[in-house]
Amino acid sequence: MPYIFQLLVILGASFLGEICNLLLPLPIPASVYGLVLLFTALMTGIIKLENVDKTATFLIATMSIYFIAPSVSLMTVIADYVDSLLGIVVICCVSTALVMVVTGKVSQLIMEKSKPTEGVVSSDGVSGKEAGRDE
Amino acid sequence: MNEFLMDSSYFGLFFGLFAFWISTKISKALKSNLANPLLINTVIVILCLLVLDIDYETFNQGASHLTYFLTPATVALAIPMYKQVELLKKNMTAILVSILCGIAANALCIFGLCLAFGLSPEVYHSLLPKSVTTAIALGVSAEIGGVSSLTVASVVVTGLFGNAIARIVCRIFKITNPVAIGLGCGNAAHAIGTVAALEIGEVEGAMSGLAMVIAGVLTAVLVPLAAGWM
Repeated sequence: MPYIFQLLVILGASFLGEICNLLLPLPIPASVYGLVLLFTALMTGIIKLENVDKTATFLIATMSIYFIAPSVSLMTVIADYVDSLLGIVVICCVSTALVMVVTGKVSQLIMEKSKPTEGVVSSDGVSGKEAGRDE
Repeated sequence: MNEFLMDSSYFGLFFGLFAFWISTKISKALKSNLANPLLINTVIVILCLLVLDIDYETFNQGASHLTYFLTPATVALAIPMYKQVELLKKNMTAILVSILCGIAANALCIFGLCLAFGLSPEVYHSLLPKSVTTAIALGVSAEIGGVSSLTVASVVVTGLFGNAIARIVCRIFKITNPVAIGLGCGNAAHAIGTVAALEIGEVEGAMSGLAMVIAGVLTAVLVPLAAGWM
């Protein structure tokens, strides 16, 4: 019984997100609007955690299987991108390492100094340097 | 075979789920960070479809029913974010600034390397959202004109690579603060990176999950700006 109402809440947020995506001229996916809407509803107390918890946990735990079709669709395009494959793999690996270092270092610096304004200044310097070097 | 299955609504659904179940078993047996079930599943399903000469459309007729749940599942990410709201409030500045820097570095790096490799704008648009969780990346990719399957592939490669290098990167660059480690993992390698963060520690895992959601939302808002560069 709780599942029906919980599913209703999550599908309701998804539907509202879809409406936002259709009405607002921003390139933001419906799922992100829905996420923000549901988070806001939780924060303001419109929706209680126990009214969504079980179904949400189930959906997140099973998330991987919702990607089966999109990932298999790779077979339909891979032939067109054989020439770009090496570049794509290199870009994925380099940028992933870069983002990890920049994010980790910047947050660590800010927390060490615990003065937000100084942190912002030094962090901009870091990201600029790192990004420039890898280009 | 293809003609026989063309009208089936459950073939793709059953076969996709069955292959995924097998993939999780293989993944567990291999005990490696690189043996991601989604990756194994993709290889198995594509090989089977090619060998049996079945079209993707035939498979997708059933499998697409699973894809419908992608949006609600992404919406559900609001729940873990809400559960960690105290951690979020306490480190607000560090979290937001570092994630924004990461997103900027990511966009600049992808733009520069795409130019260096001479890749098409289409590939650039497919790669831009690759650091966030697949559901959001797919949505962003569709909005800015990327190729969805290329986006999924790059998201998975990103996650696997980030998962594999997390410990080494943190050691080399002396990232020792648990919150910082978590943010780095989650912002760089979304859910698969979060698995690595969880293995390092509880705070790391929680922060990584949080970073994944915030980075996803911020990427959805900001990446379309970078899409105009090419």
